[in-house]
Amino acid sequence: MKPNDPAINWLEERPLGLTERLYLPLFVQGLATTARHLVSPKVTVSYPEQRPQVGNPLIYRGVHRLNRDPEGRVKCVACFLCATACPAHCIDIVATESPWPDREKYPESFQIDELRCIFCGMCEEACPVDAIELTSLLDLTGKSREEMIFDKEKLLSVYDMTKDAEPMKSAALGGTL
Amino acid sequence: MNALLPSLPTIVALVKIGLLVGGLMTAAAYLVLVERWMAAWVQDRKGPNRVGIPLTKIRLFGLGQPLADGLKIILKEDFTPRHVDKVLYTAAPVVILAASLAIFAAIPFGSSLPAIPALGLTGEEPLLVAPGLDVGVLWVFALSSIAVYGVLLGGWASNNKYGFLGGLRSSAQLVAYEIPLGLGLLGVVLAAGSLKLDTIMDAQASTGVWYAFAQPLGFIVFLVASFAEAARLPFDLPEAEQELVGGYHTEYSGIKLLLFLVAEFLHMVTAAFLIVIMFLGGWHLWGLTGAGPVETWLVALIRFAVLSAKILGVILFFMLVRWSWPRFRFDQLMNLAWKVMLPLGIANLVTVAAVEEFRPQLVSALGEGWGRTAAIAIPWGVFFIGWIAAGVFTPSGTDNTPIRTPGPLDAEHALAASQRELVEV
Repeated sequence: MKPNDPAINWLEERPLGLTERLYLPLFVQGLATTARHLVSPKVTVSYPEQRPQVGNPLIYRGVHRLNRDPEGRVKCVACFLCATACPAHCIDIVATESPWPDREKYPESFQIDELRCIFCGMCEEACPVDAIELTSLLDLTGKSREEMIFDKEKLLSVYDMTKDAEPMKSAALGGTL
Repeated sequence: MNALLPSLPTIVALVKIGLLVGGLMTAAAYLVLVERWMAAWVQDRKGPNRVGIPLTKIRLFGLGQPLADGLKIILKEDFTPRHVDKVLYTAAPVVILAASLAIFAAIPFGSSLPAIPALGLTGEEPLLVAPGLDVGVLWVFALSSIAVYGVLLGGWASNNKYGFLGGLRSSAQLVAYEIPLGLGLLGVVLAAGSLKLDTIMDAQASTGVWYAFAQPLGFIVFLVASFAEAARLPFDLPEAEQELVGGYHTEYSGIKLLLFLVAEFLHMVTAAFLIVIMFLGGWHLWGLTGAGPVETWLVALIRFAVLSAKILGVILFFMLVRWSWPRFRFDQLMNLAWKVMLPLGIANLVTVAAVEEFRPQLVSALGEGWGRTAAIAIPWGVFFIGWIAAGVFTPSGTDNTPIRTPGPLDAEHALAASQRELVEV
């Protein structure tokens, strides 16, 4: 395409005004802006000593937890809805017959591969009994891949760790969906 | 006396060189930290604040950072690509650093020390490595021109298109801005009547009028030109990442790159020294430092502190400007040098020459006080006229829009295009 092609629509630059042509006024304006930022409060969070502010911890999608019912048992009924909904296929459940009369099944093992998880929150939306939830824990670290596969005990311990700061969402947000 | 022992002046000179080089290198390292802090603060961040004393948990606001930075870059692989000219490739960083350090032989870093009879120093001892040098300004200029060789050699010897283009651009920029730099400085030399930098400071101290007030136009021209000479933003075209990767030091790594970076920082320090010494009164501050010879250590210390504080202030200004202004396009840079700064520099020189020539007539016609006021007011008038004229009449960039008048073949092109459309339909 040539520069004089009729299809090109050339836009004219706005001509500079007098203050813009005199240059120094705008320069002083720029310096004033940078000088203001030089002394303004800083947004940096000094991470390990200072925790970042999570907007609303109740709707943050961090590390998973498995909730307990009032009797301290795992709430999960091993229905596999979360594993089915999971787009990353990171949930692995082995179901077995429940020893308790109020449900047919319960998870014998419940594993989440935190490295595969994309933290989309589909599992907690799928769960019919609000057993699986995402917490606001955001610093998830480990020394090996195996360590990052969380089993049932670990997920329950995450619940024990976070239940006071983050009550179960169904209660806090007004009932289950 | 033993003939093998060095003489007293030699020892004194060596001590001064040691102090100056050591001080400059440390200062350059810490200025990198200051630069990173300024960059962070302007962007509402906190900047490096973790590295303190090694092997302890003491942080000291990150004051250990220069050590860590230096160690890191020294321990990096010093890789020499196969396609370079080895001799020139190695020589370039050495040339540029040696030149930028040698500049300081003629630059005073304080006023002077009082006599120390115990050591055999009977007179005042100027804080200057080469006190007898009558052509200090020329020395500074000659060596700052040699810095262009480092840039050019580095870019050429790298045998790399980015290095080559960066070196080319850089040398064009440095050569172009040497002219306004020299013109800005000529006014000062003319007014002070000397090429010695310490005499220039003494002249400002004795009248109490810094040349920045007496020659505002010269000050602005020199300031802008020294930004360009130090290749600082907004004139950092030699290493424009977007189009030139690293510019002339694209192919350099490890300690050689460090030498380039230190030299660049020293250019900024040199520019700050020159701006302060020639336009901002050097060690002089009204009512604090006095203007006469140095009699006590207190006066010597105060003058040294004032000079250092001014230089630090100018360097902080350099760093603040870096985050205030976008980079110039190359044609705008050249327009600014040749169409704005050069005429303004000449106007300043002519004004200063005229004022100095007719100063006795001014004083006799208007009286002492009004005569001196007029000698300051006239350059300010020229400054405002020149500023407005530069703003209104000079182009801020080259118009690169193609000419859009219909060409001889346009009718054919239009016909062919319409036929294509018909075929497609």
